[in-house]
Amino acid sequence: MKKNNSESHTTTTDMVPELFRVTHVQNNTRDTYTLFLEPPKHGFSFAPGQFNMLYHFGVGEVPISISGDPGTNDTLIHTIRAVGTVSRAMHRLKKGDTIGVRGPFGTHWPAAESEGNDIVIVAGGIGLAPLRPSIYHILAHREKYGKVVLLYGTRTPEDILYRKEVEQWRARFDMEVRVTVDRSGTDWKGNVGVVTTLISRAHFDPMNTVAMICGPEVMMRFTVQDLHKCGVPMEQIYVSMERNMKCGIGFCGHCQCGPTFICKDGPVYPFPAIKDIFVKREI
Amino acid sequence: MMETLAPILSEHPFLKGLDQKHLELITGCASNIRFDAGQTIFREGEEADQFYIIRQGKVSLQIYTPVHGSIIIDTLTDGDVLGWSWLIPPYQWRFDAVVTELTRAIALDGKCLRNKCEADHDLGFELLKRFSSIVDSRLESTRIRLLDIYASDEKK
Repeated sequence: MKKNNSESHTTTTDMVPELFRVTHVQNNTRDTYTLFLEPPKHGFSFAPGQFNMLYHFGVGEVPISISGDPGTNDTLIHTIRAVGTVSRAMHRLKKGDTIGVRGPFGTHWPAAESEGNDIVIVAGGIGLAPLRPSIYHILAHREKYGKVVLLYGTRTPEDILYRKEVEQWRARFDMEVRVTVDRSGTDWKGNVGVVTTLISRAHFDPMNTVAMICGPEVMMRFTVQDLHKCGVPMEQIYVSMERNMKCGIGFCGHCQCGPTFICKDGPVYPFPAIKDIFVKREI
Repeated sequence: MMETLAPILSEHPFLKGLDQKHLELITGCASNIRFDAGQTIFREGEEADQFYIIRQGKVSLQIYTPVHGSIIIDTLTDGDVLGWSWLIPPYQWRFDAVVTELTRAIALDGKCLRNKCEADHDLGFELLKRFSSIVDSRLESTRIRLLDIYASDEKK
């Protein structure tokens, strides 16, 4: 797995935020919004699955996955759930405001390394945001992959993230998209049930599939089990972990999870690398 | 010669592996059926005298609440088995089943099967094993959803 450059040569720049200008704030769902940021002149490049530390001056800093297209470096995109002091304050940012950005940090989804395979992407809730760069990459190089499947579960139909985009992906002939919600009124004509129920309905060759999963840990646990039951080898299953990342470079220890630092060794792991601590209650 | 539903039933994962004698008993209680979108297959409280193997289509299981109206609690689609209340006293449906998309299914006469299970306990055991597996996976799904895992619980 590729690591960011800061792993081997930690410099002060890893700890000093750069100023990015807000160009647009888009509301996605009732508690989720997307920040569009203009990088400094040299642009910003990242790999799908990596995250940044976003600093709202005077309020605080939070780790947020990058949710934009890795193929463009002129706009940095973050989708954020407004659940705490910092993320709520960021929601109030306006066009022209500036925030501090450190990153990108962490490991990435094996999108480029999975060429020639079928791809199964399983997202739960806001877990679609860190997976979207991977989807962009795969669709930009569509001819290099076998079947591409997106299985997406949310709480209600109103919580579907990037709804228009999901509908566009669903309309493609070269991508299978299945969406399910946990609960709904009768006006919803789609599927109701947990995201794992979609696995057996999807079409892919398990032995030649690379699976990328992001969502709440409980959801990922059951998804891994069901994918494996279907025949996907464990070493071809990748998950994205989330912990309390603070420094982003493995110094402070806030995100330590057993022997691993999520900010530096993760957040994306091949499942066998994290299997033992995945179900350990003490960690 | 009239074709029976035996070849279709024998290939379905739910009945795969049943011996020929039991498969014939079940086929004797089976019929092809079609439901249009919007049609109600059964309602809560009605007598549960059938179950269905969905060949193609989509059916939503709903529960009516006085405040929120009907709420969808599960969606069943191609290959899924709909209904087990025919097997458990008092043999009444616990939810509504409403067709979301044109659905083709095989209906199995639950009353007829209950009698056959009483007469042939091996058949009863085979069916109970298969339904237990469905009940188990639906219970697991329900428990996961009870956790409300997508709710906001982080404080950043």
